[in-house]
Amino acid sequence: MTALEPQRSGEIRIPRASPISQPFWEGCDRGVLPYQRCDSCSKANFNPVYICRFCTSKSLSWHESAGLGTIYSWTIAWRPQFPSFATPYAPIIVDLDEGYQMISNLVGCDTEEVHVGMRISTCFHRVADRTLPYFTPLEISRGVMFGE
Amino acid sequence: MGHPYQNVAIAAGFNTKQARVLEGHTSLSIAIEAALGVMESAGLTPADVDGVFGEFAMDLTYSLGMGPVYASSPGIGGIPAILDAANAIAAGHCKTVLLAGGGAGIYTDRSAVAPWTRVSHEFVLPFGMFTALEFAFIARRHMTMFGTTPEQMAQAAATIRNNGHVNPEAVFYGRGPFTAADILSSRMVADPFHLLDCSMTAEGGCALVLTTADRAADLKLPPVYIHGGGVDHNGPSYQFPPSFDLRGASPDSPPNGYVGRRAAMRSFAMAGVQPSDVDVCELYDPFSFEIIRQVEAFGFCEPGEGGEFVTNGPMGPGGALPLTTDGGLMSFSHGGGTVQLLQRVIRATHQIQGLCQTTQVPNVDLALCSNGGAGALFNDVMILGRTRP
Ligand SMILES: [Zn+2]
Repeated sequence: MTALEPQRSGEIRIPRASPISQPFWEGCDRGVLPYQRCDSCSKANFNPVYICRFCTSKSLSWHESAGLGTIYSWTIAWRPQFPSFATPYAPIIVDLDEGYQMISNLVGCDTEEVHVGMRISTCFHRVADRTLPYFTPLEISRGVMFGE
Repeated sequence: MGHPYQNVAIAAGFNTKQARVLEGHTSLSIAIEAALGVMESAGLTPADVDGVFGEFAMDLTYSLGMGPVYASSPGIGGIPAILDAANAIAAGHCKTVLLAGGGAGIYTDRSAVAPWTRVSHEFVLPFGMFTALEFAFIARRHMTMFGTTPEQMAQAAATIRNNGHVNPEAVFYGRGPFTAADILSSRMVADPFHLLDCSMTAEGGCALVLTTADRAADLKLPPVYIHGGGVDHNGPSYQFPPSFDLRGASPDSPPNGYVGRRAAMRSFAMAGVQPSDVDVCELYDPFSFEIIRQVEAFGFCEPGEGGEFVTNGPMGPGGALPLTTDGGLMSFSHGGGTVQLLQRVIRATHQIQGLCQTTQVPNVDLALCSNGGAGALFNDVMILGRTRP
């Protein structure tokens, strides 16, 4: 059993946001998880886009996700990307309830507990001067705030 | 109308020495070694070349004193570059194409994963992503849908690594033999992938020469023909979630989990053959699971049967369909860039020419090779043959 925790190193180099993605990162700083929805076909888009990838409309609006979702796929990294990453960590693809997918890390449980279909909710953590959206199991309501 | 590549042939393929580190080499210098080697193998000189494709197209053109030549974007490598070269020859733009790749001096900080495995992207890098994790996402979905097991993946890795174990030209020559249990007992890297489920990193160069069928008939080695080819790409690698269910707008497009199916179907249709006609598969093996996925995607078996196919089926021990016979990315070499992409096609070429020192399959008429995988959102296919199409 190994506990999954957020990264704590200040050495993690996070690429700069673009004009397209800036609203997403500003939302994370406020503790919300923004995503874009197409005004024409009403589909959700993520990563942030310039045009809707489903209908090419440029008419997109930012919305706030409830931050609830399900693990679509997962893995556990036992070898780090850079030494600045503490292992193990658990990359996941999340199916957000609003109908889009994103990559994140699962924290707040043990490595053996991760599974496809696990209900999760978003939690935010400061890493290297950025607020990163992590996810944690919904059934675990320990009231833990990471990195405070 | 005849076959689109009836007047095109691969005249030669060549690998330089492959090693964990090639002291004193740059990617370009080892690509130049490969270019010189392949021309020597074919019996050609730079003056014979009027087309240059692939990763180092511009550098090679200048370095070898060629030009003006017909050239393509150096950003295109692997099977798409070979097909572009064949297209250019078929259209009459050029008669003899040189195509080379090289990787050396790129991976120096061994405390991090290799540079080509981690893209600096704002929605990927902060979560510690690198290629093993991207491909693990795809494997996990397959495990969930079909019950595919780590043991089945490990057998695919063991089969390929055992081909490298006996190949004196492989970087990991003599490192085996391996059983599936050996693979499973190596340390976990990216669940479900153990260290030995993953490709290795190395340095090396390789090159191919394509020319007209007429000219190829006068060169030193038996010509090899392109019977079929197809290219399936779903977007840039390692920037978006590598979802099994990612789809494009076209109604007949397979999900990303079966990327390569369309490329394979087009290749088989162009060749006028089916999977059961293939004598040897030189499949791209970045991770063990990718073999299971590709045999399903290419139609060698049904979805969900890939695990059985590589264990107790035709690609299992003692099976009739040899897999990645030089040891592949896991054991032969993996230079980064486009080297290991081209090397799948080179091995298929050598199998048809009968030039393999080890694991030479007798009387190969048709060899299928592939590039890429679902974790990288692309998968390309070529079918090579002994006879003129
Ligand atoms: Zn739309």
